[in-house]
Amino acid sequence: MSTVNLAGPSGLRKFKDKLALVLVCAAFALAVIPLVTLLYTVIKNGAKRFDMEFFTHSMNAIGGRDAGGGAYHAIIGTIEQVGLASVISIPIGVLTAIYLVEYGGGGRLARVVTFFVDVMTGVPSIVSGLFVFAFWIALLGFEYMGFAGSLALSVLMLPTVVRAAEEMLKLVPNDLREASYALGVPRWRTICFVVLPTAFTGIITGVMLAVARVMGETAPLLMTVFVTTAINNDPFKGPQMSLPLFVWDQAQLPQQVAIDRAWAGALTLILFVMLLNLAARLIARLRKPVSR
Amino acid sequence: MTSETLEQGATRALGGRARKMSTGRTGDRLFGLSAKGSGILLLAVMAAIAVFLIVKALPALRADKANFLTSQEWNPDAAQSRFGIAQLTFGTVLSSLLALILATPVAVGIALFIGFYAPRRLADGLGYVVDLLAAVPSIVYGLWGLQFFVPKMNGVATFLHDDFGWIPLFGGDTVGGQCILTASIVLAIMILPIISSITREVFLQVPRANVEAALALGATRWEVIRMAVLPFGRSGMISASMLGLGRALGETIAVALVLGTASGISLHLLKPGGNTFAANIANTFAMAGKIGQSALIASGLVLFVITLLVNMAARAVIARRKEFV
Repeated sequence: MSTVNLAGPSGLRKFKDKLALVLVCAAFALAVIPLVTLLYTVIKNGAKRFDMEFFTHSMNAIGGRDAGGGAYHAIIGTIEQVGLASVISIPIGVLTAIYLVEYGGGGRLARVVTFFVDVMTGVPSIVSGLFVFAFWIALLGFEYMGFAGSLALSVLMLPTVVRAAEEMLKLVPNDLREASYALGVPRWRTICFVVLPTAFTGIITGVMLAVARVMGETAPLLMTVFVTTAINNDPFKGPQMSLPLFVWDQAQLPQQVAIDRAWAGALTLILFVMLLNLAARLIARLRKPVSR
Repeated sequence: MTSETLEQGATRALGGRARKMSTGRTGDRLFGLSAKGSGILLLAVMAAIAVFLIVKALPALRADKANFLTSQEWNPDAAQSRFGIAQLTFGTVLSSLLALILATPVAVGIALFIGFYAPRRLADGLGYVVDLLAAVPSIVYGLWGLQFFVPKMNGVATFLHDDFGWIPLFGGDTVGGQCILTASIVLAIMILPIISSITREVFLQVPRANVEAALALGATRWEVIRMAVLPFGRSGMISASMLGLGRALGETIAVALVLGTASGISLHLLKPGGNTFAANIANTFAMAGKIGQSALIASGLVLFVITLLVNMAARAVIARRKEFV
């Protein structure tokens, strides 16, 4: 007769359990290390040029070797391009989500659209830039301009907005819709004044995350917005600048003053993106869409 | 038809106030159409991407004197235009696969840590920390990689080459920080949050009963994970890592900044240089001539098709076991 040990798992099993614990904790630490060093280096190196001149001056007539200069033109460009991209993609995205949730009803078109929204999420950012270049600049013959960049960014933003809005609209309880129909309210008014307001904060959160995502995109802007050193306030005329392009441009110069400008640009960009992220999450936390 | 006469009747009966009593049918039709139109517009954009890339790629493909698929040259603007995507395909696939191999185990580990090991109250916050990695723009990864990580990797590369040079991957004549290995590690960091957040969601779906049954049989925590959690989440993990692969394939700026500019096909991971589709486009587009731009668009088209296939395959895996994601 063999004796049964009821004292607990055997030594080998205990060892495996401990080993797994160590490995899993190590995996998490491995992910935190790059995040911490990245934030640390960006803040440390970015602080050097994070001054008033950086935010009030452009790079006009300042060579790579010269000190000074700033990213005013790039910040203007980023805000205009991302703003225009939002104006294009938010209405289309939310309407598409409304179609998928309220009208599509699992029909064939709705299934195809859902599939291609997923596929569109995976379109590489540089491909969207090439697309807008091929269409807007090479075929229609427009010059490089901020608006072309907005078009490329909205291709990237669209699927994210659709996804976020779709998830939120699905959360709206059917009772609300039925109550509204029972009062004789037409469908479109039900959607506009009952469904959308209920899902509003959730959609805002998703949109802000989408904006934060496209704000840091560099690749599609290279072949649509091009690069300039001067302030250009008009997104429909001539090359503009944007913060990611500014960093890309300065980071490739060998001089330390240029590298410092690149770091300051990166710090500004990260601040923008993180603030948007943080605000989005705060809104999501303060008012959960349907928590009754 | 009958409803329309009803409406007319109502209008007649109510006289001047008829407009306020609208049944909303016109509004409904307009709104429904515009919603449907947006969906169709989205499909049209996807189709337009394919069509315009093909149209603009054709001139270069016609002018190409070398084999587009197998040539390693990239001189589209020369008098005798010669270019091919062999080395771009090689660099892209090698760096992305390497990133995938590096990132997947770590990402699964993170998902397990947050889902099963970390204190419940901290789990959400820790998930947010990992999501922050996804929020960092790729240009910042590029700058960090070039200025901070490459100098560090110079030492690592020399060490690997000197002590493990007998492994063919670490061999070669020259070593340096601006190599495929560095690019792959940066890519791995960038796709980590995608893989881990999807995997985490899959793990959340594991039936409570399975976990508790395993615990009741006296399984240790690791045995619970191995027997109840991992088998359940397998297809979710596969599709998550494929979505990560899709992201790595198309990543541009970070790779373009980190990699050196030497070109050619080499399996030596520590050799400075190498090139990918996206990095090649970003680095050479501004200086390219007419045929050069067209050639870059052709290479972008290939990249588009590759990422499309990878993403579709990932979606197909998800769709087959839809209840998981």
